[in-house]
Amino acid sequence: MGKVKVHRASPSLDMTPMVDLAFLLVTFFMLTTKFAPEEPVAVDMPSSISEIKLPEVDILTITISPDGVVFFNMDGKYNRQELLGKIGAKYGIPFDDQDKEKFSLLPSFGIPIQGMKQFLALSPDERKTVNQTGIPADSLNNQLADWVVFARTTNPKLRIAIKGDRESNYPIVEKVINTLIDNRVTRFNLITNMEKGPIKL
Amino acid sequence: MSEVSQQGGGGGKKDGKVRSKKSSTKIDMTPMVDLAFLLLTFFMLTTTFNKPQTMEITMPDKPKPDDVQPEVNERKVLTLVLGENDKVYWYKGITDPKIEVSNFSADGIRKVLYAQDAQTKDMIVLIKALEKSKYKNMVDILDEMNITNMKRYAIVKVTDVDKDLVKESNL
Repeated sequence: MGKVKVHRASPSLDMTPMVDLAFLLVTFFMLTTKFAPEEPVAVDMPSSISEIKLPEVDILTITISPDGVVFFNMDGKYNRQELLGKIGAKYGIPFDDQDKEKFSLLPSFGIPIQGMKQFLALSPDERKTVNQTGIPADSLNNQLADWVVFARTTNPKLRIAIKGDRESNYPIVEKVINTLIDNRVTRFNLITNMEKGPIKL
Repeated sequence: MSEVSQQGGGGGKKDGKVRSKKSSTKIDMTPMVDLAFLLLTFFMLTTTFNKPQTMEITMPDKPKPDDVQPEVNERKVLTLVLGENDKVYWYKGITDPKIEVSNFSADGIRKVLYAQDAQTKDMIVLIKALEKSKYKNMVDILDEMNITNMKRYAIVKVTDVDKDLVKESNL
């Protein structure tokens, strides 16, 4: 009979445009993606209606965890190497080139300078298991102040950002802010999440 | 492309000639597509587009010993004290103030700020945070300053007087 078999050829369909699109998107995401550096603590930031974006380079981040541990981070590989040299000279701890190389690849850290050499000697996996006690920021032993001062002499363009957890107690934040003010840093940023502001009529 | 090559292959068989190479132009793209979509999903899920927002704050320099502090009319001063459990206490003036409590909702401290700002010309807001307050409270109150468009505000260290006031008020 003269039956029309329409379905005969249909099971194999032309996937080329779909594949083209898929690869286009893969390329796009591969190029735009920037992996977030691994942080030693998860910080849940408070939200604000501010719409100022954080610049991408020349940033010094002071992270404050919910239990009040202070972490320090700075970008720029060579600046970090120089910074460690200066800090080491001040505290009389000699850091060799290998230490500096490792230090430049470190994520945020919260280690007193006295324990830094041992910390750098560990492998990256071992470092994750270390319980970081935070950078001392007390008035008697204010290492945070030294980090900030030397970081700013290393890179004068540095902007200082405080990344605090919503639940961290204010006194510890106040201590950090006072440390900054004492070192004549009066302009700094508070990193927040975005929140929708009230509708202005 | 597939239809054409298939029909060509069918036609070839009628002649009785062996054309084995005819069908090999079509390759199976399925594994490649699988991989492409796997990568696509991975990158889509790991990508974060939004850069973090920041609030810029500028604190005053530490006053030098010989600096003259400007005198301020105390009736223009509104003090906000951040307490525990997201409470915010506020009072107007300095001598014998009447302390009241509010919260961070849209009907809370924001209304107070608007009302006080309408009453007082050149109002100065002092923000004081008690030990029990959270960092979130400070960011929230700075945010309220931006929302209500306060021009003059300062973060000040909390005093014992404020602590006692909050304690006595029992709010």
